[in-house]
Amino acid sequence: MKRFLLPLAIFVVMVGFLAVGLTLDPRKVPSPLVGKSAPDFSLPQLHDQEKVFSSNELRGKVWLLNFWASWCGGCKDEHPVLMQLAQSGEVPIYGMDYKDRREEALTWLRRWGNPYPVIAVDESGRVGINYGVYGVPETYMIDKAGVIRYKQIGPLDEDTVKGKILPLVREFQNK
Amino acid sequence: MRWLLVMILLVPCLAEAKEARPLADNPQAEARLKRLAVELRCLVCQNQTLADSNAPLAEDLRREVRAMIAQDMSDKDIIDFLVARYGDFVLYRPPLKATTALLWLGPFLLLIAGATTLVRALRRRQKKLADVALSEEERHRVAQLLSEGAKHS
Repeated sequence: MKRFLLPLAIFVVMVGFLAVGLTLDPRKVPSPLVGKSAPDFSLPQLHDQEKVFSSNELRGKVWLLNFWASWCGGCKDEHPVLMQLAQSGEVPIYGMDYKDRREEALTWLRRWGNPYPVIAVDESGRVGINYGVYGVPETYMIDKAGVIRYKQIGPLDEDTVKGKILPLVREFQNK
Repeated sequence: MRWLLVMILLVPCLAEAKEARPLADNPQAEARLKRLAVELRCLVCQNQTLADSNAPLAEDLRREVRAMIAQDMSDKDIIDFLVARYGDFVLYRPPLKATTALLWLGPFLLLIAGATTLVRALRRRQKKLADVALSEEERHRVAQLLSEGAKHS
């Protein structure tokens, strides 16, 4: 009987490891950018190509940067949450139209509503690379000093907004 | 009818063979890109390298790496650029750190554990065998059985 105890113990430990492994999401890659300065960008705006939207303009403000695209399904899912957050006026959400077609992006916004005060256009995806984006939607919270404090990979939901984003926003707005 | 078939079969002969077009103007840079890209993970389809993947992000990242090669940046600088943005996860060979120690040393620990168990099991068996000595009668019986077996075969 005793000789089976060791293999059984090893089996139980393996099952334990595998069970924990099942609950992990391989898409959630920890970003090395949290706690670092948000990469600067100056890009044309979606609604007015002549105007430039530059990240420097937002120094001294706590803001969210939301990478989205009209071709992205998850962006549609999180859209009502963004609209609600924008209406609450707690924190401005700036849009980054990622590798998208201008007309399609504008149609998408007309159809579903626009939660963003300003949207920048990242046509080549280069700013996305600087931010370590590997799938839209992704959302960053940036503090007054221009430091990334939080990164959301995938669609935002109400629980994340209430439980993580808003407490962080309030904390950094008071700093 | 037969002539028609022959003519149809001859159609491909009209196609002219050409040299395969090189992927880039600079084959040396392309070779460097290839060497780097097999070490880097595509973050969209996570089990593919940057070289294998057709995901749009992989194409963009190859374009960035190509641009960095054109700027004559060293391999280390290029890899640091990507690690700064995407973390160690982009590397197919993660660096040896406290958090990855088990990953690197785990196989060796398992090997040592397995070898120890094997040696101990073998020693135990050897001891058991050494204890058994045959009596004169048993030796006789063994000889008898062996000779019988030889006859049958």
